[in-house]
Amino acid sequence: MSVSTCPSEPLAEAAGANGLDAIDRAIVLATQAGLPLVPDPWSAVGGPLGLTGEEVRARLQRMQQSGVIRRIAAVPNHYRLGYVANGMTVWDVDDAHIERLGREVAGIPGVSHCYRRPRHLPEWPYNLFVMLHGKSQAEVERQAEALREKLGEACRDHRILYSSRILKKTGLRLARRPGPPR
Amino acid sequence: MSAHRHRPEPVELDAADRRIVNRLQDGLPLVERPYVAVAAELALSEGELLYRLERLLEDGVLSRFGPMYHAERLGGGLTLAALEVPEADFERVTAAVNAFPEVAHNYRRDHRLNMWFVLATETPERIGETIAAIEAATGLAVFNMPKQEEFHVRLHLPV
Repeated sequence: MSVSTCPSEPLAEAAGANGLDAIDRAIVLATQAGLPLVPDPWSAVGGPLGLTGEEVRARLQRMQQSGVIRRIAAVPNHYRLGYVANGMTVWDVDDAHIERLGREVAGIPGVSHCYRRPRHLPEWPYNLFVMLHGKSQAEVERQAEALREKLGEACRDHRILYSSRILKKTGLRLARRPGPPR
Repeated sequence: MSAHRHRPEPVELDAADRRIVNRLQDGLPLVERPYVAVAAELALSEGELLYRLERLLEDGVLSRFGPMYHAERLGGGLTLAALEVPEADFERVTAAVNAFPEVAHNYRRDHRLNMWFVLATETPERIGETIAAIEAATGLAVFNMPKQEEFHVRLHLPV
């Protein structure tokens, strides 16, 4: 997606609905490939944008507080760290209890992502998606068993869908939308 | 198993690398000299931390180091979608789906719904248009499963 809200708006427009202005968006674009590995990364990001390191840091802090940035962190490659079993577990959970149970299972070890998603009946009855990561399928199955116990009678059925092939993995990239001619 | 040919091999990390990988999954503090702060916690020098971090990225132990953005809060559209692809048609459909730049990840999974992909679009409205275009290109019905609630997003893999 683009970080620009409207292709025709001038670069120095006011903040959009998400509270980001053009400078914030320039910082997002400048850091999406990663943070520079130099002693003062904030100035390294700011330099080409004509910003001081302090301004970059203050804006990143603001974006982190508002939740636009989750955190500035290392993303490990599962397989390189030995987490070779990655299961998408899907659960058919009673709608009346999914709010509470979704939050409870989120804390179980091995869980990375936990979302409520829509069912597509009759083909797809599952409404809770929990990604599990283990060093073996046996470990993922133990984690799934802990989930099943936590969900109890509110869960009617579940499946573990292991990935058998990565067909594409480019990650989420913010497109640089063509701007007005300059 | 042939699937493993698509996957990188696990690596052995020394104690300092393990401390770095564990610590930096939690997040870099937004302080003036962030690497000095983290290096001090890990009993390393700033230079050693930066050197090791660069090597962990080069070796593919870390796939990325930097701000993790919340796609929807940036104004974009994001969804998970699935297809039931006839086995004989799998390669053709893979090529057709992967050709869409909006497809960020695509995995084959062991289920009747055997293709699962994440769509990321410029705007939330573009999700529907992209799904219609994928249905036209593949001749298959897309099961759209946008998140309705996020209970947890926190990949932490201790090493």
